[in-house]
Amino acid sequence: MDMRIEEHPILGTLKKGKAVKIEVDGKPVDAFEGEPVAAALMAAGKTVFRYTRKRKEARGVFCAIGQCTDCMMTIDGVPNVRTCVTAVKEGMKVKTQIGTGEDGDTSK
Amino acid sequence: MKEAELVIVGAGPAGLSAAIEAAKAGVKVMICDENQRAGGQLFKQIHKFFGSRAHQAGTRGIDIGQNLLNEVEKIGVDVKLDAVVWGIFSDRRVGIVHEGKNTLVKAKKILLATGAAENVLAFPGWTLAGVMGAGAIQTMVNVHRVLPGKNVLMIGSGNVGLIVSYQLMQAGAKVAAIVEAMPRIGGYAVHASKVRRAGVPILTSTTIKEAKGKEKVEKAVIIKLDDKFKQVAGSEKEFDVDVICLAVGLSPLAELAWMAGCKFTDVPELGGLLAIHNEDMETTVPGIYVAGDIAGIEEASTAIEEGRLAGIAIAESLGYINAAAAKEQKQQIYKRSDQLRDGPFGIGRRKAKEVLISRSLKQ
Repeated sequence: MDMRIEEHPILGTLKKGKAVKIEVDGKPVDAFEGEPVAAALMAAGKTVFRYTRKRKEARGVFCAIGQCTDCMMTIDGVPNVRTCVTAVKEGMKVKTQIGTGEDGDTSK
Repeated sequence: MKEAELVIVGAGPAGLSAAIEAAKAGVKVMICDENQRAGGQLFKQIHKFFGSRAHQAGTRGIDIGQNLLNEVEKIGVDVKLDAVVWGIFSDRRVGIVHEGKNTLVKAKKILLATGAAENVLAFPGWTLAGVMGAGAIQTMVNVHRVLPGKNVLMIGSGNVGLIVSYQLMQAGAKVAAIVEAMPRIGGYAVHASKVRRAGVPILTSTTIKEAKGKEKVEKAVIIKLDDKFKQVAGSEKEFDVDVICLAVGLSPLAELAWMAGCKFTDVPELGGLLAIHNEDMETTVPGIYVAGDIAGIEEASTAIEEGRLAGIAIAESLGYINAAAAKEQKQQIYKRSDQLRDGPFGIGRRKAKEVLISRSLKQ
């Protein structure tokens, strides 16, 4: 399922950055260099980005401008990265974050 | 310590407009924004603006944003992106983390043009993935060109709710309905008619009761409200949607004004607690100014006028413009602002703004 808006009545044809691959939970995902990680994941149909620490509740993108921190994931081993304001780079390893992502909190 | 004549926090419509006016007069301006790109929320506004030609009516927000950026570049303003202003201290010292490095800048004048944050609405299921702010959806759809879902329920029929509904449709999503807790539609009739013509029902005296889904939104349950805003049992309706969009207003981002010691007052018509400011946009702390949504939730057009006003007033107080010339320029802005704050939607804001300014005289 691709959610990208290729053609837009006002904005015209989508201008894409360099096509790259990132790894999301071990699987390759197509992305464009420089776009927010959250946008690439959403385009690939991913909606759940992390699970909360105590109740393991699912969370996704809420504000998309780096304010609410709901969309945090573990990127290249660093937990709690705001995916909505972090630019895609070739080969980035993105992981759905469980809890704080750093205290052995790895099971749902 | 580094010194600056004017530090502007926020490179949206208000901040950029202030930077242009002040720099044109000769003020050395540093403008900081925490984002990677200047322009604030203008680059999400792909619709045409209202007002008179002086307010760029008929021009899309994205183009207004690009014009402001071009002008700022032409004049040569020091624009610092990825620059988070985290504190304002005594003697107008500004704490800035720019590209990861912390600095303290002593400013002669500070303009806070930080904008606003979206309000949220709590209901059972509101933390599910797929419940998003209207601004978030605009960012994803209009800036990053990705749809967050295929079927959307919109909460709130103010201009934001109406416009974002239409923009979702332009991008290929379906809007199941727009629900509004009040007995009437909040936004302009022209926007409401547009979405209605496209077949989207606007359900007044209705609210969301619950979002259902295991991990992400799968269904939304709405319910009628009586004249006391109590839910009417048995009036529930269910929609199959994957996104619930919250367009329930904005609140000023005023933390830095609080920290600077500005006095506040409650003006509900303009979004709640606001830093009291005078006709020059100066707060109760000398040398600290506000403009745009932080000075009252309005529109980009009014933010532009307030920014210009602050820029001129600051240039005047620094001695770059004489009093007579400043007065003339300010009068023009007051006139244009009054035109914007007119009609059934604007007059309430105009009166509220007058109340806000009158409270500065009492300080």
